[in-house]
Amino acid sequence: MATTRIPIGPQHPALKEPESFLITLNGERITDVAMRLGYNHRGIEKAAENRTYVQDIYLIERVCGICSHSHSSAFIQCVEEIAGLEVPLRAKYLRVLIGELERVHSHLLWLGVAGHEIGFDTLLMYSWRDREVVMDILAMLTGNRVHYAMNTLGGVKRDVTEEQAREILKAVDTLEERTKYYIDVATHETTLIQRLSGPGFISKDDVLKYGVVGPTGRASGVGRDARKDDPYAAYPELDFNVVTDDHCDVYGRTLVRVGELMESYKLIRQVLKKLPAGDIAVKSPRRIPAGEAVSRYEAPRGEDVHYVRANGTDKPERVRVRAPTMANLQAVAKMLEDNNLADVPIVIAAIDPCFSCTDRMVHIDRIDRGPSSESFEWGALRRKGIEWYSANGVDFTELNKRFEVRG
Amino acid sequence: MMQSILTPLFNIVVFPGFLFLAAMGMLGQYVDRKLYARLQNRVGPPFIQPLADFIKLSAKQETLPEGADRRMFLVLPLVALAATVTASFYIPMWSDKALFSFDGDIIVTLYFLMIPTVSFFLAGHASTSLYAEIGAVRAITQFFAYEVPLFLAVLSPALLAGTWSISGIAAFYAARPGWWLFNILGFGVGMVAVLGKLEKVPFDIPEAETEIVGGAFTEYSGRLLALFKMTVDVEAIVAASLLAAIFLPFGLGLPALLGFLVYLLKVFLVLVLLTLLRTIMARLRIDQMMAFCWKILAPLAFVQIVASLVLKGVLS
Repeated sequence: MATTRIPIGPQHPALKEPESFLITLNGERITDVAMRLGYNHRGIEKAAENRTYVQDIYLIERVCGICSHSHSSAFIQCVEEIAGLEVPLRAKYLRVLIGELERVHSHLLWLGVAGHEIGFDTLLMYSWRDREVVMDILAMLTGNRVHYAMNTLGGVKRDVTEEQAREILKAVDTLEERTKYYIDVATHETTLIQRLSGPGFISKDDVLKYGVVGPTGRASGVGRDARKDDPYAAYPELDFNVVTDDHCDVYGRTLVRVGELMESYKLIRQVLKKLPAGDIAVKSPRRIPAGEAVSRYEAPRGEDVHYVRANGTDKPERVRVRAPTMANLQAVAKMLEDNNLADVPIVIAAIDPCFSCTDRMVHIDRIDRGPSSESFEWGALRRKGIEWYSANGVDFTELNKRFEVRG
Repeated sequence: MMQSILTPLFNIVVFPGFLFLAAMGMLGQYVDRKLYARLQNRVGPPFIQPLADFIKLSAKQETLPEGADRRMFLVLPLVALAATVTASFYIPMWSDKALFSFDGDIIVTLYFLMIPTVSFFLAGHASTSLYAEIGAVRAITQFFAYEVPLFLAVLSPALLAGTWSISGIAAFYAARPGWWLFNILGFGVGMVAVLGKLEKVPFDIPEAETEIVGGAFTEYSGRLLALFKMTVDVEAIVAASLLAAIFLPFGLGLPALLGFLVYLLKVFLVLVLLTLLRTIMARLRIDQMMAFCWKILAPLAFVQIVASLVLKGVLS
């Protein structure tokens, strides 16, 4: 076979969210990868500017359906820093508790997806069944399986009772036993090791050069973890290890993630043991004084960075979200170099991508060509839209009348 | 006169031909899916699901890709199914007599069983879609890897028996209890090669969903896809029957009903083993599959051949 170009995405069974990878193949070997982002732009940053801080907590939580607690925590840490709020210690512990439970559910989810990508559906079924245990715990603690709505300005919204703590410990025991089994599978099952070892290689130097974060970076021996490097919440008081590995490939990333599961269980047990008494929240002002802050949070996928600028009103002036996938995505092209077509799904999946969380609008004017696009205010954009549609024969007057009658 | 036409017609269309094999294929698919699901801690499909799937697919619209070779595209599913059903006529199922047999039918059967894979390749190629094209190339690449060990494994019992007819081989081993143990290595090799033939995990490379969508079948829909799916199911039954006839020569002299039950037991034993294998493994890459087939499977099959030749010299 001569050179072929094969599109993986925007719609493809291997991708859970739309993203385009145009792959040039020589036989089954990859010679070039062209990536294209921007199929999921939701305008969340802009929307956050039009809502109050309390509303924004719920909006920002919906940046990601899996690391929802990570995003809301990172956002709230910024706001609390600007407002100078002192979060009670118990609330800090509870944030760690939810954060680690979230990491457990995210890593178990990843393990299943990885199994599916290499055609090992039994692993998918097993790990997703076990993931239900932690999902049930999260639902019991917060009332929700994914968007926990646990964070609030100045603390958390729900407390953990003694009875709930016992339930959590029981669940953690089950999960620990299951995770040991997965470690056993990952280190002994031949076809699994054969498929995972080798593809997606990225050296330590390249990890540093591309700024790769999270388990992907740690699997290449770069022990960066915001929980240790820039401790937040109750992490300074807790004892845990940063799991690293030097396989530098997909297999290494698998080992790091199952290793992190064990560390998370350790953290959850410590949190429940040390959980201090006291309030779970302090009262927060509606208007946040002018100022700006950046916060880092170690999400399951890597370091999540949020920036908030306040202007003294009850709405933020600017919110910036840098999801961990943004940092890792650049390196995927490097990882795919000289791999097989068969390894594309698992290499992409190995960074645990979250494309919807990543997409942002970037506006670029090329100086040599002059401005190629126009900028609009909201109102002007709306007017232009209506004009464009009526020029193209779509009439909104009937529709408007119907809305007027109802409204 | 009527009788002489009607009996073969009944044999070909109803029993043990097309309808019987189709029903067996669906039963096999049910057993495979249900067991696969139970092993993965799922509930699995109801008994009627394979038939429901077939009816549903048959009722759906067929679309032809633009620029596809129309005639090839439409005919290939039929060719694949017909070849698979024909292969079954030479395999003795519940006695040591097949419907038809002659010295050399083992080669004919193996060739008939190749036609489905070749038609998958041609179908993928005729679809003119990228994914189908890659799936087709993978199917034919894999074909060269598993077919040699399969041939060697199936032919070594024939060497020992000194006949090239499957019925003859079955009768030979049925008459000598315990001799089937000499071919146990060939049985293992045959099982693994059949996994490749049926494109099941770890050898489902030509239809790896997460890489190339539906592989060679990507552009197929409706009745044509239903026919292809049925071909795969029937192929599983025929391949299992072939392995059972050659490697598991038990209960061939029993009365009709009992013999049929023993036959079912043997076929489903092979199918269950195939399902177990696909449950516990991940999909290999095409290069790993090739390396495995040529470096491990083919030499093992050669060992079996040499063993058969030595045994033939010692025992006769």
